[in-house]
Amino acid sequence: MMRPLFQGELPVANLVSIENVDMRYGGAAGTLAVSGLNLTVAKGEFAAVVGPSGCGKSTLMKLVTGLHIPQKGNVIVAEKQVTEPVSIVGMAFQNPTMLPWRTTLENILLPLEIVEKHRKRLRTHKKEYIEKAERLLEIVGLKGFGSKFPWQLSGGMQQRANLCRALIHEPELLMLDEPFGALDAFTREELWCVIRDLHAAQGVTIILVTHDLREAVFLADKIFVMSSRPGRVLAEHQVPFARPRDINLTYETAFNDMVHKLHAEIANARVAA
Amino acid sequence: MTVFVEPVDPEILARVEENDRRIAEALAGKRPLLERIDWVRAAPVLYTLALFAFWELFVLALDMPETILPSPMKVFQAIGEYWSPIWKNSLQTLYTTTFGFIIAVIAGLLLGLFIGWSKTIYAGLYPLMIGFNAIPKVALVPILVIWFGIGTIPAVLTAFLISFFPIVVNVATGLATIEPETEDVLRALGAKKMDIMLKVGIPRSMPYFFGSLKIAITLAFVGSVVSETVASNYGLGNMMSSAQSQFNVPLVFAGLLMLAIEGIAMYALMAWLERRMTGWAHRSTMGQ
Repeated sequence: MMRPLFQGELPVANLVSIENVDMRYGGAAGTLAVSGLNLTVAKGEFAAVVGPSGCGKSTLMKLVTGLHIPQKGNVIVAEKQVTEPVSIVGMAFQNPTMLPWRTTLENILLPLEIVEKHRKRLRTHKKEYIEKAERLLEIVGLKGFGSKFPWQLSGGMQQRANLCRALIHEPELLMLDEPFGALDAFTREELWCVIRDLHAAQGVTIILVTHDLREAVFLADKIFVMSSRPGRVLAEHQVPFARPRDINLTYETAFNDMVHKLHAEIANARVAA
Repeated sequence: MTVFVEPVDPEILARVEENDRRIAEALAGKRPLLERIDWVRAAPVLYTLALFAFWELFVLALDMPETILPSPMKVFQAIGEYWSPIWKNSLQTLYTTTFGFIIAVIAGLLLGLFIGWSKTIYAGLYPLMIGFNAIPKVALVPILVIWFGIGTIPAVLTAFLISFFPIVVNVATGLATIEPETEDVLRALGAKKMDIMLKVGIPRSMPYFFGSLKIAITLAFVGSVVSETVASNYGLGNMMSSAQSQFNVPLVFAGLLMLAIEGIAMYALMAWLERRMTGWAHRSTMGQ
């Protein structure tokens, strides 16, 4: 499944770049959610965004996916200015939002019924797509659960299925908004490893928005620390740990030092607000 | 190694033995009759019988004249005696009600989808709908008679007018309450409004829709009977009003009884349809 990362592009092509973006909700007098936001994410990179609550992390998600268009500044995804929803992304939220009237497999196939490139082929190539969905289910550890309804699955299993749905149309960019926030600690660590392996195997670019600093340090190549509202990037850290990372890394001193450093920065950002 | 055996409490032992005896009896089919009855399933029949019994006793005890409150016996007699007109008029009422109801389902579904489509349409039409719903439908019957003459058509239309409101409101509510996350996931993939409606909105509003049918069908009976009573020569409404003018009170009650039976039957049909079509929304009752 490994894909060559750079096909005739500049070696450090940015898949996502946000330049000086202001985003205000509710007209000229509304709340300024982000202001002077700058960040870039290279192709194939795993970026995490952390910050105090209400720092505009969700706004960032919506800007990158084209659900919101900023009043000021540029959002460029895959070398194109974002002016409408970009269909090269997959999204997963804390709430798995599986449709209860569809089986897990049918839920996973849903994006294919929407994305322009696939929807015309879906009927004629159904078998091929189902095989692909079942491969994904196997990767996330849900082999044989495709025919179950979402409400027959546990929260962790639903979130695994949610990841499959976000990946089925082979997005170049995966946006994760606190995907494991509602899960217990053990399930969460298991899913960290699932995400880690998906990232390694599929070469997909990932932006993870999270409150969990350990999660960010364990998974990401690059961490952005955001200020409280109006949000902007306070600091950018490269995560030095070599891949593939083992879950035991999270108990090492260097790892914990980095978590502490991030924690201190966010605490400062909260005080400044 | 020592094993401690706790002395068995004689009370527990007795209970265990009693339980064993019951199981053995049940297996041999010898359990007492009262224990073998499934009370929950029997309850509807028993309560109905109790109501009739209470009614009969009430009439007997107060020595009610038949022209004020006939006893259930008298009502059943009237049903037997006037079976032919009762049957004919029951069918007529069932027909006008069902016809009006079907129009209400189609119109309600379409209007509900239309209203749920956009916030502006929702905001604009909602007050109009509330206002319309507040009008007593009986007041519209004379207008319908001016337009269509007396008979079947005003009855069908009244049934339609009275029953379509809950359908519209429920379908629109189902559409208006799509989770924003679901919408975001699909819109980020390039979904158009139509895609979101077809893939999420409409399936999502189906439990609301089928739920509203149960309310709508009973309202439809109210509409058709009201119209038949004031402006028709057919139907149970008309039959009851002419029986009343002849002081044939048992026949009036016979008409009411037939209406209740038709109402229960149609309600049960709608409840069955609801379960059939939206089983996923009643997860607790589905075998897992």
